[in-house]
Amino acid sequence: MKDHMNHDAYSDNYIRAILNTVKSIAMVGASPVNVRPSYFAFKYLAQRGYDMIPVNPGHVGKELLAKPFIASLSDIGRPIDMIDIFRNSSHIMPVVEEALTLDPLPKVIWMQLGARDDVAAAKAESVGIKVVMNRCPKIEYGRLSSEISWMGVNSRTLSSKRAPAPTQGMRLSLNRMSVGGGDTAASDRAAKNKTEQS
Amino acid sequence: MSDRLPGFSTLAVHAGAQPDPTTGARATPIYQTTSFVFNDADHAASLFGLQAFGNIYTRIGNPTNAVLEERVAALEGGTAALAVASGHAAQVVVLQQLMQPGDEFIAARKLYGGSINQFTHAFKSFGWNVVWADPDDVASFERAVTPRTKAIFIESIANPAGSITDIEAISTVARKAGVPLIVDNTLASPYLIRPIDHGADIVVHSLTKFLGGHGNSLGGIIVDAGTFDWSTGGKYPMLSEPRPEYHGIRLQETFGNFAFAIACRVLGLRDLGPALSPFNAFMILTGIETLPLRMQKQCDNAKAIAEFLAGHPAVASVSYAGLASDKYNQLARKYAPRGAGAVFTFSLKGGYDAGVSLVSKLQLFSHLANVGDTRSLVIHPASTTHSQLDDAAKVKSGAGPDVVRLSIGIEDKEDLIADLEQALGA
Repeated sequence: MKDHMNHDAYSDNYIRAILNTVKSIAMVGASPVNVRPSYFAFKYLAQRGYDMIPVNPGHVGKELLAKPFIASLSDIGRPIDMIDIFRNSSHIMPVVEEALTLDPLPKVIWMQLGARDDVAAAKAESVGIKVVMNRCPKIEYGRLSSEISWMGVNSRTLSSKRAPAPTQGMRLSLNRMSVGGGDTAASDRAAKNKTEQS
Repeated sequence: MSDRLPGFSTLAVHAGAQPDPTTGARATPIYQTTSFVFNDADHAASLFGLQAFGNIYTRIGNPTNAVLEERVAALEGGTAALAVASGHAAQVVVLQQLMQPGDEFIAARKLYGGSINQFTHAFKSFGWNVVWADPDDVASFERAVTPRTKAIFIESIANPAGSITDIEAISTVARKAGVPLIVDNTLASPYLIRPIDHGADIVVHSLTKFLGGHGNSLGGIIVDAGTFDWSTGGKYPMLSEPRPEYHGIRLQETFGNFAFAIACRVLGLRDLGPALSPFNAFMILTGIETLPLRMQKQCDNAKAIAEFLAGHPAVASVSYAGLASDKYNQLARKYAPRGAGAVFTFSLKGGYDAGVSLVSKLQLFSHLANVGDTRSLVIHPASTTHSQLDDAAKVKSGAGPDVVRLSIGIEDKEDLIADLEQALGA
């Protein structure tokens, strides 16, 4: 674990290693409303084979895509590999603090697009948890597999290999060659400037 | 799987493309189909709701076009792109995401004549008001900013005279005004200038020109730099507010740093309809593979021809930023060190009549209204591309009555010079 993780621009290998190893993902703030980003991401990650657990105290007793809502991380009652937090930056810390009480600890804490709390991140990293902030796991999975290329998005990866045609429920290879040269450094810089100003 | 940095030429060949999963075809197939089957009702609903990646209908997206989009996004250093039917279509789609009736955008006065026309007349009926500024006077952009300003539009290398715009200086004005900078990068192509590296938020192209490069297919593209924050102040409701077309989705919140490209696709292309034919996308993709080779040769040829013309007794002046004596040479050295492009103008001592005579005598140069072909081209802007402007505006935009525009191709430069020599001399 590096002491000072760069949270402005993650290497593809860092993200790839996380998405290739975690199996269970608890999504805090998962919404049953089908136009919310959390619903999109939950459904996509479930289709790509992750063991998804919706966490939202407001919906206990209901299900999200046949998975029962759980009230809190402590109520899950089994080890989880990754916590994906769909909350605003100001609501991150209590979730991270609760995550740090779990036994075993989660391997990864992921904060959604737009969410960033560097203090909470440092706290999690100090006990060996990997942290990703201001990213969406659905977008990153789609990017590294190049599935997102259907939408004209720059996957920043190359491959001369023939991949199998993607079908429903299939895990996709994320091991394409990363392309720093076809970068989106300007976008990363803009995000960094915004963080520094806020 | 190291994070090695491939160069521009590698990206020009590989970015966005991979062997076809079904057949193994190595060239990108032409998916000449209107529509794509759904796996089941849930898959269809997911695609229509933007919840899944995939294809629905070629007016919204097509796999051949998607390869083109990713390739140009990679070459420009953007987060995503959207291909459309023409460069003009790209401009309509971009501004539709930014402008409400009564809003303004500031545009450089030196632009392709077709853009001047589109902005002045066609957009007026949408209630989009263009305010002109002088690209050689950055302060004129600052003075033009009002509370209704929603964007600034410039060309990196400006038509017709190939003048170079100070992108960084104008991007500073845009940032201060809190509006995106749109750069038409058609005449430079990303091989010469990558406007995003200099502060552009959106790049547009006519793919018809140097990117396609062979004068055989129309196309346009919009590249999202992923740099602009659309969420502040409700200024850009197409991106920041819940969209009734998609049951209340907020595009910036959902798609982050490529939300603008998605807005152009699902609100612009879907509803306005200027889709690019997959066949044209294939032709343009094939052209892009050789962009670095062609562009370098065209720049080298252009410089040699500009030098020849500058020394010819019948020529009054040459406007080519690649000449050491040119007004824009310093900017060219900064922004386009590989070459100052292949489109430029010159004027003849014999005025309008000498220009007409020259055009009629040329045997290799083709007299037509295009640029960025493998073939060398010639035109008299005042009577064609810029004919809709009044005389004062013609001169201001670099298309006075005595001006001839060349677009230099990839032929042997000795033959092009010989052709000009015989046409000028006789």
